[in-house]
Amino acid sequence: MNFNLTEEQTMIQDSVARFVQDNYAFDQRNATVALEHGFSLDHWQQFAELGWLSIPFAEAHGGFDGGPVDTMVIMQEFGRGLVSEPFLPTVLLFGGLLKAGASEDVKNALIPQIVAGELQGAFAFLERQSRYIISDVRTRARRDGVNWVINGEKVVVLNGGAAQKLLVLARSSGEQSDENGLSLFLVDAFAEGVASTGYRLTDGREAANITFNNVTAEAVIGGLGEGYGLTSTVVDHALLAVAADALGAMESLNARTLEYLKTRKQFGTHIGSFQALQHRMVDMFAACENTKSLLYRAVCAMDAGDEDARRSLLALKFMVGKAGRKIGGEGIQMHGGMGMTEELPVGSYVKRLMIANTLFGDADHQQQRFSALVSEAG
Amino acid sequence: MDTRFTDEELAFQTEVRQFFADTLDEELRGRLEGVEASPNLKEAMLDYQRRLNAKGWMAPGWPVEYGGQDWSMSQHFIFNAERGKAGAPAPIPFGVTMVAPVIYTYGTKEQKERFLPRILNSDDWWCQGYSESGAGSDLASLQCKAQREGDEYVVNGSKIWTSFAQAADWIFCLVRTDNSGRKQDGISFLLIDMTTPGVTVSPIETIDGIYHLNEVHFDNARVPVDNRIGEEGKGWTYAKSLLVYERLSIAEVAESKRNLAQLRELARAEVNGGHSLLDDAVFARRLAEVEIDLMALEFTELRVLASAAEGGVPGPESSLLKLQGTTIQQTIQELRMDVAGYYSQTLQGNLSASQLGHDFADIAQKLYFRGRASSIYGGSDEVQKNVTAKHVLGL
Ligand SMILES: Cc1cc2nc3c(=O)[nH]c(=O)nc-3n(C[C@H](O)[C@H](O)[C@H](O)COP(=O)(O)OP(=O)(O)OC[C@H]3O[C@@H](n4cnc5c(N)ncnc54)[C@H](O)[C@@H]3O)c2cc1C
Ligand SMILES: Cc1cc2nc3c(=O)[nH]c(=O)nc-3n(C[C@H](O)[C@H](O)[C@H](O)COP(=O)(O)OP(=O)(O)OC[C@H]3O[C@@H](n4cnc5c(N)ncnc54)[C@H](O)[C@@H]3O)c2cc1C
Repeated sequence: MNFNLTEEQTMIQDSVARFVQDNYAFDQRNATVALEHGFSLDHWQQFAELGWLSIPFAEAHGGFDGGPVDTMVIMQEFGRGLVSEPFLPTVLLFGGLLKAGASEDVKNALIPQIVAGELQGAFAFLERQSRYIISDVRTRARRDGVNWVINGEKVVVLNGGAAQKLLVLARSSGEQSDENGLSLFLVDAFAEGVASTGYRLTDGREAANITFNNVTAEAVIGGLGEGYGLTSTVVDHALLAVAADALGAMESLNARTLEYLKTRKQFGTHIGSFQALQHRMVDMFAACENTKSLLYRAVCAMDAGDEDARRSLLALKFMVGKAGRKIGGEGIQMHGGMGMTEELPVGSYVKRLMIANTLFGDADHQQQRFSALVSEAG
Repeated sequence: MDTRFTDEELAFQTEVRQFFADTLDEELRGRLEGVEASPNLKEAMLDYQRRLNAKGWMAPGWPVEYGGQDWSMSQHFIFNAERGKAGAPAPIPFGVTMVAPVIYTYGTKEQKERFLPRILNSDDWWCQGYSESGAGSDLASLQCKAQREGDEYVVNGSKIWTSFAQAADWIFCLVRTDNSGRKQDGISFLLIDMTTPGVTVSPIETIDGIYHLNEVHFDNARVPVDNRIGEEGKGWTYAKSLLVYERLSIAEVAESKRNLAQLRELARAEVNGGHSLLDDAVFARRLAEVEIDLMALEFTELRVLASAAEGGVPGPESSLLKLQGTTIQQTIQELRMDVAGYYSQTLQGNLSASQLGHDFADIAQKLYFRGRASSIYGGSDEVQKNVTAKHVLGL
């Protein structure tokens, strides 16, 4: 047993850390998120050249055949630097779903484009009413000869503004919240009937609401009615990635807060000399370590296909919410007035952590899923 | 022990309720909803405060001779409760609640005549110039300097975190007039006209996306000695005594009660997996917890008011009002964000609520981030606990 990275993984980690170091100082980040769609196409090209966009894909499609640990290493560094490029939506969600369910033809056509940095994608699954229930889908797919025609609306689609291709979770049969009857459709973002309204998330990344008005899909991904199963698998992996991103953000915010406690002086001494703050800083450190332990636990379980994987995953996502709230709240509080300003990145870290909490279900939601799972298992 | 209102108090309650019902017409109510997050705050508040003043209720807590009301503590309580229920905010505090008591307690006759009526009618808007970048919790170490030259002070230095300085006509400042003794001793209390040459304001960008914070710089700003309150070097004493006046409504119980009721309705309407969020055991528990804390705080406040009414010094429990009030406000803000779900993290920008797909998320989010500051300003939670530990518990 060990928790060491392989030599290759260490190299990836170093190279992402170097990128963040060179390109993601806070003012550089602000300039990047101010760009159209909230990220830099130049950075994206660098990602492609450095091979990061190929990580999860099979070698046959130009990929690196990496596993959850490789993704974790990248995402943790991205979180540390508050990187805004759409690695999660394009590579892990859109790419992940293609990898899990698309035909060879579709994979051959699209995955190499992702790897080359030429294709932006998004996964459109949430709806106005769905909240955290992924199967709560009203968007309809109806057969029209050999084609499928989509009608409905998807909301808070990450990277929905920049995406050239979309994967849409739609109902090909069944009632509003049935897990059966959901299918995944590949849709061209520029197809007739697709209309997108973009906006920013609190940390500057972009999302969109997208309506589909009699839109003809390009392909069904996976079998008909397999949409929910595919989504669950891919979302489980994405949860790990979100948790790793959040862990990186927690580590960085904790380091900044600690540094502030050591440098800010009031009453003639460092504020870090006050026990009232010391103990809480220790709690924040513990919250971060708890998140790391659950992340390692879930990654190892997923990698090994362990039966404990689900329980670990839900525990992890709950902890991301809980620890993020603690570290974020205290991060602002301990910075005093400075924590309220855009001069420091404190607020941006807090927002990143709050977004991580909501993605794929917040702490309350995961806690309930966890309880249900454990009581079912008896 | 009896908390029932008398018949006169019940009649007063009806009068107050009627007043707010008549005063807050549909249009003004709309402008005041979430006003803390609105760029049109000053306009809306000006309109509202003038209506309060027309009724004589802008500053009921002031002594009657300056325009206050001769109300019992119960009446003050009823007034604040009805105001909160009606969704009407407290007036912007810097003039009416913060500087005015210092002026009518320690000011000269001329100062009272000059400033108090204009505060009542919201002709002058005030801001508070205490904090400096090096003097936050350790306020007494402030360095902004006022040097006497004839019948003027020449002020040099900077204040930071000055709320609403951008909209203020006047700033009340703590300035250093003497460096020789204990740091609390060389501080004086100055009223400075914001149009004085050498006074400039620069904005501070904040994480809530609302413009409310500033730095105020003084570069050889010449201020008449007549604008000093009380004696030179006694500013710290005056400022500390002012903190007592903030206590009257600092717990914001009425606001929290209203926010909690609204929160419950929002949660009721939000559906997760076929059932209302109100039926969600985890959420319901969190909601009950904050409601119970608020019930306790409401009576803590009543106990403080009752003992003050008997002419006593506020009891030790008064030190908890801000601390607990703030915690409750922040918890309600946090729960409101959780109700908004994904939308708690979307920026509405120029979109309409229906385009975005959610109608309360934008305000919930601004107030959430804004609300993080309430445990920082006015004596941070840590400072409050230090004070309570030392002066109340004797630690
Ligand atoms: C939104 C907002 C509005 C404000 N409006 C005004 C205004 O209008 N006018 C004005 O004058 N000021 C205003 N302030 C300033 C406010 O009063 C100060 O921010 C506050 O006093 C804290 O000072 P600081 O920011 O320098 O933090 P610091 O004093 O540096 O504190 C940093 C952290 O250390 C903690 N700490 C400090 N000392 C101790 C101790 N002895 N023991 C334990 N913990 C300690 C603090 O609680 C805090 O968590 C405002 C601040 C904010 C955020
Ligand atoms: C924005 C603001 C709001 C405030 N609100 C209130 C209020 O509501 N009620 C109230 O009573 N007071 C309030 N205060 C005053 C606050 O209690 C004092 O600023 C603080 O306690 C220091 O008080 P002091 O200088 O009078 O000295 P004391 O409190 O008598 O303390 C003596 C000295 O001990 C030192 N000291 C205090 N704590 C520590 C510590 N943890 N570690 C090391 N040294 C320490 C300081 O140097 C201080 O000068 C507020 C202050 C600020 C800045």
